[in-house]
Amino acid sequence: MKAAVIVFPGSNCDTDCFHALRDVVKVPVEYVWHKDRHLPKVDLVVIPGGFSYGDYLRTGAIARFSPVMESVIQHANDGRAVLGICNGFQILLEAGLLPGAMLRNKTLEFICKHAWIRTEENLTIFTGQMEPGETLCVPIAHGEGNYYCDDDTLKSLHDHSQVVFRYCSEDGKTGDAFNPNGSKDHIAGIVNKKKNVLGMMPHPERSSEAILGSSDGLKIFESILNALE
Amino acid sequence: MPSLDSTTPITAELIAAHGITTEEYQHIRDILGRDPNITELGMFSVMWSEHCSYKNSKPILKLFSKMNAELPRQENLLVKPGQENAGIVDIGDGLAVCFKIESHNHPSAIEPFQGAATGVGGILRDIFTMGARPILLMNSLRFGDLAQPVSQRLFRGVVAGIAHYGNCMGIPTVGGDVYFDASYEGNPLVNAMALGIIKKDEIVRGAAHGIGNPVYYVGATTGRDGLGGAAFASKELSEQSHEDRPAVQVGDPFMEKLLMEACLELLKTDALVGMQDMGAAGLTCAGCETASRASTGVEIDLAFVPRRETGMIPYEILLSESQERMLVIVKKGKEKEVEDIFEKWDLHAVKIGEVTKGDKYRVMDSGKMAAEIPAKALADDGPVYTREEEKPAYLEDAQKLDLTAIHEPKDFNAVLKRLLSHPSIASKAWVWQQYDHMVRTDTVFYPGHDAALIRVKGTHKGIAVSTDCNSLYVYLDPLEGGKIAVAEAARNVVCSGARPIGLTNCLNFGNPMKPEIFWQFHNAVSGIIESCKTLEIPVTGGNVSFYNESPQGAIYPTPTIGVVGLIDNIEKRVPSAFQNEGDVIFLAGETFNEIGGSHYLMIEHGLKQGLPPRLNLAREKALHQFILAAADGKKLVSCHDLAEGGLTVALAECCLKSEAGLGARIQGLNGLRKHGTALRDDALYFGETQSRVVISVKPEHQKEVKTLAQKQGVALCEIGKVDGDALVLEERIHVSVREMTNLFENWIPNIMERQ
Repeated sequence: MKAAVIVFPGSNCDTDCFHALRDVVKVPVEYVWHKDRHLPKVDLVVIPGGFSYGDYLRTGAIARFSPVMESVIQHANDGRAVLGICNGFQILLEAGLLPGAMLRNKTLEFICKHAWIRTEENLTIFTGQMEPGETLCVPIAHGEGNYYCDDDTLKSLHDHSQVVFRYCSEDGKTGDAFNPNGSKDHIAGIVNKKKNVLGMMPHPERSSEAILGSSDGLKIFESILNALE
Repeated sequence: MPSLDSTTPITAELIAAHGITTEEYQHIRDILGRDPNITELGMFSVMWSEHCSYKNSKPILKLFSKMNAELPRQENLLVKPGQENAGIVDIGDGLAVCFKIESHNHPSAIEPFQGAATGVGGILRDIFTMGARPILLMNSLRFGDLAQPVSQRLFRGVVAGIAHYGNCMGIPTVGGDVYFDASYEGNPLVNAMALGIIKKDEIVRGAAHGIGNPVYYVGATTGRDGLGGAAFASKELSEQSHEDRPAVQVGDPFMEKLLMEACLELLKTDALVGMQDMGAAGLTCAGCETASRASTGVEIDLAFVPRRETGMIPYEILLSESQERMLVIVKKGKEKEVEDIFEKWDLHAVKIGEVTKGDKYRVMDSGKMAAEIPAKALADDGPVYTREEEKPAYLEDAQKLDLTAIHEPKDFNAVLKRLLSHPSIASKAWVWQQYDHMVRTDTVFYPGHDAALIRVKGTHKGIAVSTDCNSLYVYLDPLEGGKIAVAEAARNVVCSGARPIGLTNCLNFGNPMKPEIFWQFHNAVSGIIESCKTLEIPVTGGNVSFYNESPQGAIYPTPTIGVVGLIDNIEKRVPSAFQNEGDVIFLAGETFNEIGGSHYLMIEHGLKQGLPPRLNLAREKALHQFILAAADGKKLVSCHDLAEGGLTVALAECCLKSEAGLGARIQGLNGLRKHGTALRDDALYFGETQSRVVISVKPEHQKEVKTLAQKQGVALCEIGKVDGDALVLEERIHVSVREMTNLFENWIPNIMERQ
């Protein structure tokens, strides 16, 4: 498996994703600058977190117009894997690769802490190594992670088994008390209908090594590796 | 303000309005051999302000360099205080750390969000200007009584501003300290610290070497924001200060992120000669300092400076403190390479001048001379004053404390609960959860530990950092308080298993023209030096912030200390909190009848009184050596220092910060009572005697730990066990960990989210 990490001006989790892929998951990975129209031949494209273009206007709203995004959309349409984390998720929403939008967190404050998420679907390339219902401890760090969509979209997401992760308690219960940002239906991550594009607010690259407090996020990378290798 | 152009006559009023004294004006005339024009007057006024010239503190700050020179391991101090934008210390394997702490108090008092945000931006530029990649941020904050709405507004704004800038930059804010006290009402303190990592052979100097080398202006455009900010920072806050709002800069962290990446990319080429950020005093400071350091001249033409406003005159362009700008000196012939890098990052990179022969900083405006000043005179030859000192009158009364008049409370449980819910002691998670403290995936100890700990990828090393200052101690006894500030920050670093390697300080005081304030300043610095000498920690630099006074009076003297430690093998790190049931708990260090200046005395008896605890530096040093030896042998499960609230609060923190909510059963305090003569129970439980830590140890390692303590001459007393789900001390304390957690965690969110 080969991976690419897209770098936008203002990306700041690009080196973290690169490190997790190269040094922990141990797959070949390269950076792709946002001005490059051409995407190298890779199996997985990672759109990392950060503040692309300073998040001016709206999170992810300007990044979607970067030259590289056309190739990323083509890559996704070809059925190959795309993982958008945090700001990367927001960019995927703005680019129309995933449905819905992001609102400010319900507290109106930036939140950085470990969150528990529950695996809702394990029949995806991103979650194959998890049991259905398995909980993972993965950090969140965002000011706008309050996922929103209309009721029809939500129904469609559920009908097509697109809701992959939901915020929960350590023992897997969902509820407002365990939802850090107010997101609709406690959604933390969704895939597209073809299930080759995952957007998630929590950061698996920040929880891929025990020394960082949790290595649960590694399971997501290992699932991808297992599916694409 | 009347228009300021070349025809403006230099009147006595205009000179006074620039904060320049008659003697200083004469000095300027001597330097120039003529009267300055208005542009030059403005340049002198910002460069000779306290903020840039340290004119009132220099004679005292020199004592740091003198102390450094007497320390062992001199060779590890790669960049010394005052030489460059930040100090640098060798950490081995070809790597070094570059760090500094700086204040942004006055801007934050007027506009908390932007004031704090640009404070972060400024300190980060100081780090990457040296060629280092910033890897962590810390901050030390002081506000008035949190019950006051104005304090809440400032607290909320400052925290959001720091979060805004640091998070967007992608540099984790990993810790710091926050205290609340009425003395900071109207004059909060915002001290930001940054640390970067650098290869020893890639250190960049802020010097304009090489006659004919081009001088580039890179980064954001220049506007009228922050005009004269350095001068603004050098006066007391008054009721009218809010009218100074234009002197507060506006930050753009996205721009700074691009600037940082571009500068660090430039560093990897061989085109770079020198770099200097345009912070306080903007283009004036950057131009004359780079020339002065290289003993060259610099000539620029303002016509090339990118601007965001029309009609700006030379005076404004030179004094603007618009953020996110740098001056870069590159090798002649490498211009294209340099311009390509900045173009990649969509940044301005404009050649505005070049390095010249001679010693002048010459500023042209479309080919017409706007200013010409000897660079060294402007940068380094500012006036230096030895201020009058006088022991403050308040001390005699404030230091009085009659212990016999202090009645011990009946209910120690109630005291513990009150302490845990005092905002200075209670959890600051509300603060640090707004900071991205994990980005870069190197944060090993999160905020809330004694010290933050960051791994260095590609090595086994870890960098531990702690900031500290108990300003009530400094108020009550500046010398002892200064000593303790160092000891405590160093102890925090040592508790994590790291050896202190360097120290930066941010000296926040009132108006230095007042002899009593200057006496506080001098004594606190003497205290810092005493501790650094014994603990062998070099001072790498820092910042002085005077004039921290509001109409209510001066703040408590607050010499904030940031200590950086190195751990060679990060697997030997030691967490602060208890880890396993059944581990044995020891108290290391002796306990005396010391409740003066304690939070117990303040909260329970309403007294900010007495002599603070005495620091015995030999004992402190022995304690550090014991902890480091035990950590190196992996014999410590946890180690936590005793600070505000003493033994009981320290034990409570070890319980409530443990992941599993572990309790502790403490029955062995009689061993401590034997030490002193008639040790009071309130002193034993809540006193703040220095040089003490609580450690937990696996039962099978007890003997070795005792042997290590004996070797260093450290008193070690087995006091109990990690056990159950409550903190129990003899018959006096019994509180469940759940209840303590509720008080500790919820106090600040409850206040801040009530509105």
